[in-house]
Amino acid sequence: MKVTLYGTRGSLATPGRSTAHYGGNTSCVLVRGEDGEVIVLDAGTGIRPAGRDIGGGVRRVDVLLTHLHMDHIQGLGFFGPLYNPNMEVHIWGPASPTLALEARLTRYLSPPLFPVLLRDLPCRLHFHHVPCGEVQIGALRVRAETVCHPGATVGYRLTENGAALAYIPDHEPALGARQFPLEPEWTSGWALAQDADLLVHDGQYTRAEYPGHIGWGHSSLDQALAFAKLAHAKHLVMFHHDPARDDDSLLIAVDKAVAEARPSFPVTPGAEGDSFSLTK
Amino acid sequence: MAQLEVELILTRQLATSLSVPFVLVGPTGDILFYNEAAETVLGVRFQETGPIKADDTDRFVAITDMAGRPLARTERTANIAITERRPAHAQALLTAADGTRREVEVTAIPLLGQAGHLIGAAVMFWERAKA
Repeated sequence: MKVTLYGTRGSLATPGRSTAHYGGNTSCVLVRGEDGEVIVLDAGTGIRPAGRDIGGGVRRVDVLLTHLHMDHIQGLGFFGPLYNPNMEVHIWGPASPTLALEARLTRYLSPPLFPVLLRDLPCRLHFHHVPCGEVQIGALRVRAETVCHPGATVGYRLTENGAALAYIPDHEPALGARQFPLEPEWTSGWALAQDADLLVHDGQYTRAEYPGHIGWGHSSLDQALAFAKLAHAKHLVMFHHDPARDDDSLLIAVDKAVAEARPSFPVTPGAEGDSFSLTK
Repeated sequence: MAQLEVELILTRQLATSLSVPFVLVGPTGDILFYNEAAETVLGVRFQETGPIKADDTDRFVAITDMAGRPLARTERTANIAITERRPAHAQALLTAADGTRREVEVTAIPLLGQAGHLIGAAVMFWERAKA
């Protein structure tokens, strides 16, 4: 599978010269399977250019939402395939304890916040609740599991021909833990990330910033590194960059965390346009 | 080794932060975790025992009613919370592994995950007095 980052920013889109390298769009990752499957992870503002790049020959797109915070759904209404009557769009995401996924999304995709109603979209639209065990989308196996983040939130693991992508963009596995990480079975998200060839993971804060944001649902860079090490991930992509971090300070923060942790695997600060080919 | 549901992980992290004796029970009745305050009541440390199978619980603590009659597993609050999916409360006498007897109030509440499925029970103790 080929994995391309279209939005790496957390919380709020941050366009501008100072963020031009790593990008200002919020969470969105495009995954293309070897048989032409198209899967979009999250619908942050990065989904607009992702939709543009999908191409005309595609007839089915699966959008996998981790949760419904605004930075993960804000671009959904600007996703081109939704307006194509020849397109089949499947949206996967968590329900809340009281509302189905479609009802939750309708709260945003309806007036006064958005002019077009979900039911008026011309594509063939289908909704699926996760977690729901493993599902097959073409040749890709997809598994969602609930992870530690405020509200109903999942992470995803996609596997194809033995190669695995773990996508956990909003994740605070260290919440409340006196020591982090604990044993694998007591660590949120571990099963998703175990032995992943590519782990795309929340790294919003520096070690110094984290104490002021405990419970907000995000990890520090050093926690992301510790989590990746525990899971034996083979490559870590730092993701969900803090909107206050410009390109220079982001690189400095990641370099410092990596120098302290000295991981045995490569670490990449996720940048819009980065692509990764996962094969076995 | 399977990862536990995140709701159980968060409950353990909450329990770790509390001074109230707290036992986290899985959906089959196994003790998954107990906190430091519960270690005092049970007379053993979690680091020493790890998770305890439901059938092994009596090796660590003897549970009787206030008259000293041993409580069958089906009568215990944790079991009621899991099998009947309702809160259960009782007074009981606990004799810990170190021989200390305590008179406690026990409340067990079933834990339902986000999808509404049963993932276990939270069992909390309140020591009334040493018996």
